[in-house]
Amino acid sequence: MEVTLSVSRYDPDSERPETYYQEYGFDIDENATVLDGLIKVREEIDGSLALRCSCRSAICGSCAMRVNGQAMLACNTRLADVQPSNGGPVVVEPAGNMGLVKDLVVEFDLFWDKIRAVKPWLQPEGPEPEAEYLAPSEDMLHLSGVMSCIMCGACVSDCTVLEVDDNFLGPAALAKAYRFVADPRDGADNERLGELNEYGGVWDCTRCMQCVEVCPKDVAPMDRIMAMRDQAMEAGYTNTYGARHAMAFADSIEHSGTLDELRLPIKTFGIFNIKEMIKLAPVGIKAQLAGKRPPIFHKKTPGVENVRRLFEKTEKVENDK
Amino acid sequence: MYEHDVLVIGAGLAGMRAAYTASQNGVDVAVVSKVYPVRSHSNAAQGGINAAMTDRGDAWEDHAFETVKGSDYLADQDAVEILSSEAEHEVISMEHMGVIFSRDEEGRLATRAFGGQSQARTFFVADFTGQVLLHVLHEQILRLGVRVYEEWFVLSLIMEEGECAGAVVMEMKTGDIHVIRAKAVIIAAGGLGRAFEPSTNALICTGDGMALAYQVGAPLMDMEMVQYHPTTLKSNGALLSEAARGEGAYLLNSEGQRFMERYAPNMMELASRDVVSRAEQTEINEGRGVDGCVLLDVRHLGEKVIDEKLSQIRQLGIDFAGADMAHEPVPIRPGMHYQMGGIKTDVDGLTNVPGLYAAGETACVSVHGGNRLGANSLLDTLVFGRRSGEHAVDFVKSKKHANIDDSAADPDREQIRAMLARDGGGELFGAVRRELGETMNNHLAVYRDEEGMRTAFEKLSELRARYEKVVVHDKGKVFNTNLIFTLELGFMLDCAEAIILGALERKESRGAHTRTDMPDRDDENWLKHILISRTEDGETAVDFLPVKITQWQPQVRSY
Repeated sequence: MEVTLSVSRYDPDSERPETYYQEYGFDIDENATVLDGLIKVREEIDGSLALRCSCRSAICGSCAMRVNGQAMLACNTRLADVQPSNGGPVVVEPAGNMGLVKDLVVEFDLFWDKIRAVKPWLQPEGPEPEAEYLAPSEDMLHLSGVMSCIMCGACVSDCTVLEVDDNFLGPAALAKAYRFVADPRDGADNERLGELNEYGGVWDCTRCMQCVEVCPKDVAPMDRIMAMRDQAMEAGYTNTYGARHAMAFADSIEHSGTLDELRLPIKTFGIFNIKEMIKLAPVGIKAQLAGKRPPIFHKKTPGVENVRRLFEKTEKVENDK
Repeated sequence: MYEHDVLVIGAGLAGMRAAYTASQNGVDVAVVSKVYPVRSHSNAAQGGINAAMTDRGDAWEDHAFETVKGSDYLADQDAVEILSSEAEHEVISMEHMGVIFSRDEEGRLATRAFGGQSQARTFFVADFTGQVLLHVLHEQILRLGVRVYEEWFVLSLIMEEGECAGAVVMEMKTGDIHVIRAKAVIIAAGGLGRAFEPSTNALICTGDGMALAYQVGAPLMDMEMVQYHPTTLKSNGALLSEAARGEGAYLLNSEGQRFMERYAPNMMELASRDVVSRAEQTEINEGRGVDGCVLLDVRHLGEKVIDEKLSQIRQLGIDFAGADMAHEPVPIRPGMHYQMGGIKTDVDGLTNVPGLYAAGETACVSVHGGNRLGANSLLDTLVFGRRSGEHAVDFVKSKKHANIDDSAADPDREQIRAMLARDGGGELFGAVRRELGETMNNHLAVYRDEEGMRTAFEKLSELRARYEKVVVHDKGKVFNTNLIFTLELGFMLDCAEAIILGALERKESRGAHTRTDMPDRDDENWLKHILISRTEDGETAVDFLPVKITQWQPQVRSY
């Protein structure tokens, strides 16, 4: 199989370092992966190409990079599956949202800082038992879903929030936090949820699904973040914009069947929150000028009692759990 | 120059277990690793960790005996007794740290069957046990705040007045070369799989630790004992865990026959790894293979069991062999997997060089002898990682730092300068590494003979000569992986030398060392370890040590 890779290069040792693309063409086995291709380049064609890689079987997390614009592991991505149909090259670039070190090697320090920030170690309650902790098998099985995370950084690379706000803990660190919040042996759930409720925590996710999409191990970080939002609210952490936004949203739907867009921000931030209200003013003015200002008197939709019945049913299901 | 009481080289399970212990004992310990800790190859251990739990009606003596039998009686029995009797403590400690071991219906730790053992005593986390153990130990290292020099590459060990005094290390991100002075150094740098092609091992498994020790005169022991795992994929050599057979998988030949009934009628697919690998190779050699492989069949286990307990290997089959094992058998064959031998240590991890310890696959205690049982390697890393840490803690208390300074790194600086200065027209490291790997895999595999091993030794001399001229395209300082790979190749050539010399020396068949020209075990002459070392004038020396036997006299080995 003939393949052309267009690889993003960057040499910090050069006089004027800049990113450029270099093409490598070669013949390789039909089943070869992107990593096989890159290894072929560095072993036979151009030894100067720098990349991280190790296990070749999607367990060490070294080789996350962007292939045709999306983060994935080079080692479990077959070249045949990413060859563009127009005959163009396979484009290989470093992971995003992390600084460049060289070629396909990115800076991981910030990634680990965020992991450290969630206190990623078990904090058991009470004295250690002589033998193992007793724990339900289902709980442990459930946890293997998040423990499958190999810290490759694919989710961080393509996280749309981190792109604009590097204070966000990000999908990998939050999934790691969930591993402890959901661990029946961990006794620090409340403190953890309290901290994750702060700026940069669970409420800063915009639910764009990118992390779920690109995760090579099906960890589904966003789903874990959503689970922690629920748990935080259940634990009484309701006094955040995020929690109040969620509650106001649900409230509006329950009582009128549709979203009361005018009152949603007011209920989220509070009417006397002058700072946030001023921030909202331009949005209001723009909406007014475009003729898209929500009505002042929000009307109930016909058949709203059916919506309420849905709410009652879901609440009952939740209570029965 | 940096300075620590204890310096651990390698951040896999053995290294982090050693660092954890040293740190808990209040000693200034640091870890240096050429990759981030969670990238270490302990990750790849899928199936589990053995422990005979007394409260479950198991006895450590049974585990010890089966380990000794599995080793073809080459393991040192005092060391095996320690391994088995301390296993329960290690598994429970890891559970307390946070490992999410799979449970039974009562919420207690569940077990599965593994090869070469009469009892189901393998504790596991689905089929990614090593990964979870590694990540959890890393969590503890973060909790304790142990300094880890991440992506720093060890170039050499520093010797001062006959003792190990630290290491010379390259910071990969800057290319700067530093001295790290230490009162004790613990090498826990893993295996040497990449000296073989193919191998189940990660690309980082280049025998650095063994070669570093070998270069300062520490003997390597049992190096001829190279394990070929029975179930690896043909395409890229990836490992499919023994857990599959533990859960009840069949091995079939081209005639659809469970051929193990002819080789190990009692244990069948769960005989020791060397036995199963030989059986497969014989089937393939005698024309009952399928395109150079035999078949691993788990379909009868049902999709639910496969998904709960074998999901990772199912995915590996899909990704790398294009076969979904829930619906079709997967072609597999024996593939290089593990080095039973390594740096010779005592039961506290101490090598023949004062101040230098070793633990894990890098080391040879010897608990695996001629053949390691599945799920004993994780146990080895933890038990002997901890013991090395404990012993080093005591050792450094009464010791002063050696009188060395930054100039201790000058020889390495000069060597690297010379390497980078080589003329650009020569060959890259890649061809030399590949030929080395193929040579080892052709002549030091499941079946060996004198002629093949001699051929390999001659080829090695040729490769060494070519290595001296290998060019490094990248002349830069920052993250020069081209330079790193070239240095790693140097380590692998040293390891290959010790393997071939040991194999040529052993004139019998035992464990993984099976010679078609000398097919029998010879306890009278060869119930002993072979030690290979490099003398100060660069010559190789061969020594022998008797096997320590405590309670189990060698018997005929059948499964």
